[in-house]
Amino acid sequence: MSATLADPVVKTAIRTPLGEFLRRFRRQKVAMVALGVILVIAFAAIFAPWVAPFEPAAPDYDHILEGPSLLHYLGTDAYGRDVLSRIIWGGRVSLTVGFLSVTLGAMTGVVLGLISGFFGGWVDGVLMRLMDVLLAFPGIVLAIGVVALLGPGIDNVIYAIAVFSVPVFSRLVRGSTLALKQTLYVQAARSIGVKAPMLMLRHILPGAMPGVIVYASLRLGTSILTAASLSFIGLGARPPSAEWGAMLADGRSYLGVADHVTLFPGIAIFSIVLAFNLFGDGLRDALDQKLR
Amino acid sequence: MLAYLVRRLAGTIPVVLAVSIFVFGFVHALPGDPARLEAGPEASVADIEAIRVDMGLDGPIWSQYLRWVDNVVHGKLGRSIKTRAPVAQVIGERFMPTLWLTLVAMAWAMIVGVGIGVLSGIRRGSWQDKAGMVLAISGVSFPGFWMGLLLIDLFSVRLGWLPTGGYGTWQHFVMPAFTLGIGVAAVMARFTRSAFVEVSGEDYVRTARMKGASERVVAWKHTLRNAMIPVITLTGLQFGFLLGGAIVIETVFSWPGLGRLLVDSVSFRDYPVIQAEIMLFSIEFVLINLLVDLLYAVANPEIRLK
Repeated sequence: MSATLADPVVKTAIRTPLGEFLRRFRRQKVAMVALGVILVIAFAAIFAPWVAPFEPAAPDYDHILEGPSLLHYLGTDAYGRDVLSRIIWGGRVSLTVGFLSVTLGAMTGVVLGLISGFFGGWVDGVLMRLMDVLLAFPGIVLAIGVVALLGPGIDNVIYAIAVFSVPVFSRLVRGSTLALKQTLYVQAARSIGVKAPMLMLRHILPGAMPGVIVYASLRLGTSILTAASLSFIGLGARPPSAEWGAMLADGRSYLGVADHVTLFPGIAIFSIVLAFNLFGDGLRDALDQKLR
Repeated sequence: MLAYLVRRLAGTIPVVLAVSIFVFGFVHALPGDPARLEAGPEASVADIEAIRVDMGLDGPIWSQYLRWVDNVVHGKLGRSIKTRAPVAQVIGERFMPTLWLTLVAMAWAMIVGVGIGVLSGIRRGSWQDKAGMVLAISGVSFPGFWMGLLLIDLFSVRLGWLPTGGYGTWQHFVMPAFTLGIGVAAVMARFTRSAFVEVSGEDYVRTARMKGASERVVAWKHTLRNAMIPVITLTGLQFGFLLGGAIVIETVFSWPGLGRLLVDSVSFRDYPVIQAEIMLFSIEFVLINLLVDLLYAVANPEIRLK
């Protein structure tokens, strides 16, 4: 008797939050395509030495500024370097800068947001005023200030971009923390004597994570775009390196002569940024309607 | 309203003070000695000391800070290391071109962005809505400097219709203002649409429709006016985005504005100019947000009465 009752229960798939999320995310066709684009670019970047047909830095002065051909699929630049190979290697730089800066900025922001929201009072006041100050510098100006301080170079661009991601994440997490610390399960955990760090990390943080993940994905697009902009104006990766923004800066001198040198790296930046934005939108829709 | 104004102004003061400490600290965090840098390679120790006193970099740090603030308030920003001209003059020359560029960009971006957002909101789910939103998300992801290069390639190099860069006539404005505004127009469109959709679900919109108001009146009078309130706030934030964007776009189009000045100064390590510019950019941004908040309070009584 009890066995027959249990049967239908066993047959229904268990609905875990993760399973629910994956089911909803898979329905977002655009976001799935975006994920595909991200994976292809990431794959090419990780396996660049095997995927790229040429050495990214090898000059070939017999074939400069050649248009796309069967030998060089996307043509060559002013030094005869293969544009496709440079874009593939450049993907490494862009993705690394994007991931590291967002991770660094998000982690700092999450910790500050948790502390701010959890403790409230003067700690909250001081931290949030500090975030107001960081937000008082319009985005890229803060990054340029950091680069001016540390010197140009791609490593410093990572720190620069991380700094201006911090306030966004800390405000987001502070908001969720304020709401979550009133919930019954957090109150219950507190009542049985769970200590503050454990409350924040085990009981509040998981509830705040969906928002963090969505913002991180949208932020990746912005960060990659900012890094490329900084390289383009000569404050990030220096011209000989295969970075997409720096490649565009190189190609500037050959407009009208060899358009492919500026066209293709631009398409690369646009695709990855668009992909991250669409992916982030899809994540948001799948994770939580209220975040819209 | 007056109480709100005072409260909001008072809230701005600590932010401006903190920004000034940041910017002041900036020069002190720099590698090397600014006085030695200012003096040049052939200066003697006594010369350097004299310059240090002249620059207000002697004595305890708090007194340096106070003298620096005093100087900034009186427009004494030091001299550019590159051109030896007073920083206030260098910045003054570059101020108007950037102001005009951002205003023109903001104007078209607002009109087009809000327009697309409203149309998408009215015809939700239609092909116009979908096309508008595809445009919007593309616009957000578009590298402005790349768009700039593509436009120069087409309209200047190939067609010869517009100048590649520089400043002066209305033709000089077309491409930079268009390029600078794309991102803002896109954000505006997305945001206006969602604000519009949200307001369409409100009871007073339903009531207006029930009274027999035409769809046109419902859309423009009842929905749009309420949907515009959050859009005002966004405008302030977007101004900051424009100021930042101007830095890159001015470089693309050789625009003689503050953005290109900042980039040149960073490359040249012209610290007095960098310092003054970062201060100016952030204070401008803080002031614009203050102005926007006040406008917001005028539009929404709930805020100022809280």
